[in-house]
Amino acid sequence: MNTLAPRQTLDRQLKKLNENILMLSSMVEEATLKSVTAFQNRDVTLAKLIYAGDERINEIRFSLENETLTIIATQQPMARDLRILASTLEVITELERMGDYAKGIAKITLLLSNQPPLPYPSQVSKMAELAVDMLHQAIGAFAEQDAATAEQIPLRDDEVDALYNEVNRWLIKLVSSEPASIDRANYLMWAAHNLERMADRVTNICERTLFIVTGKLQELGVSDDEFGAS
Amino acid sequence: MILSVNQPAIADIKEEKVAIEARELCIYYGEFLVVKDVSIKIRRQKITAIIGPSGCGKSTILRAFNRMNELVPSAHATGAVLYHGKNIYDEDVDPVEVRRRIGMVFQKPNPFPKSIYENVAWGARINGYKGDMNELVERSLKNAALWDEVKDKLTQSGLSLSGGQQQRLCIARAIAVQPDIILMDEPASALDPIATLKIEELMRELAKNYTIIVVTHNMQQAARVSDYTAFFNLAAGGERTGVLEEYGKTQKIFTNPEKKSTEDYITGRFG
Repeated sequence: MNTLAPRQTLDRQLKKLNENILMLSSMVEEATLKSVTAFQNRDVTLAKLIYAGDERINEIRFSLENETLTIIATQQPMARDLRILASTLEVITELERMGDYAKGIAKITLLLSNQPPLPYPSQVSKMAELAVDMLHQAIGAFAEQDAATAEQIPLRDDEVDALYNEVNRWLIKLVSSEPASIDRANYLMWAAHNLERMADRVTNICERTLFIVTGKLQELGVSDDEFGAS
Repeated sequence: MILSVNQPAIADIKEEKVAIEARELCIYYGEFLVVKDVSIKIRRQKITAIIGPSGCGKSTILRAFNRMNELVPSAHATGAVLYHGKNIYDEDVDPVEVRRRIGMVFQKPNPFPKSIYENVAWGARINGYKGDMNELVERSLKNAALWDEVKDKLTQSGLSLSGGQQQRLCIARAIAVQPDIILMDEPASALDPIATLKIEELMRELAKNYTIIVVTHNMQQAARVSDYTAFFNLAAGGERTGVLEEYGKTQKIFTNPEKKSTEDYITGRFG
């Protein structure tokens, strides 16, 4: 074949885009874990850092959107290339929203900082670890276009939902015995809810990976065990 | 495995919707097999694009649909091209009549060095057209979206027009003989982008009444303008023989083709 390979520019652009998506995801993963640590430890300084750090996540998301649109406009991609780029637009939006969830948890930490402490259910940390691990795997599968892995990840959403339900039950008990805690309990439930939603959004990323590989748009692992939309 | 390598990926068109069909068609230039075993049904009143790398026999296949290949002295064909159930290569078929029913527009606009009016009237006249010639010329030029631009200068030479206008004049000339199918060989490759888009819009209009088969190197053009796409490729094994690799709805071919070779071609990995 030719010594001068065709489409080197496009391949280079796609590779760079992929690296940037991995970087954006790692920022979201870090923000999520730190937001829960700050919440658990009532660490206002850390919460403020996460709150401010979300700006950077938003900036990178817009810059990746620009980069993607530029590739579409200049390279006029077809078939899998087009599916990768269309999916990238979806995935960076999902990542940005997950960043907002971490920011939301940081905000709750700030709001609760001048109120009496509430016991901390360990399930919240587990939810965060699980959701972040799911995201990590899902973004890896997206970057590698690994449909088999992408198909498996949403199955773990049930574990997150189970933990979320445990937190809920625990909070209901707490509020029944300590009615004055209702505001704080409500905040805590929102923090857990953000993590539950984060795991749901991981499923959307996995759906995009399958779309890239198969060309089919389909819902994955739709769970009945939900309390409705966010 | 999503992208299969060996299974056929050839769309089957319902019999009643077929305008013309190649069946196990092989075309030779002398000893040399240019395209091999092409079986394809072309859908009536739709635009079918033929794409593929250089030398895969795109133009050869196109010309086989109206026996234009016979103008190449060493060319001959085996198999059949069925038009209204009749093999156009049968001995009792008049190639001139075939070419009246199945017209052709070439890459480079080639108006006759005659007036605009005569360019359109000429084919109809030698075919013994008995109707109102002025009406036919006007209707053909209107259908080719050229009338408004030339109605006040019909006696001027066809060669005085711009490239895009000349190509639309050639399309008017092709439709003046009231064909059924129009073959287009890279009809816009010599035109600027605006003239190209005008030709593409015109093709969409024409497809309401005619069946169009278009060869194009421009993948975006095939994606924009056609309903069906046939991807021809060089046969595996290093021969220079073209084969029909994949044929289906354009939307499918350009978003999620069945075969890896199609994907590789349309995404610019070879060709």
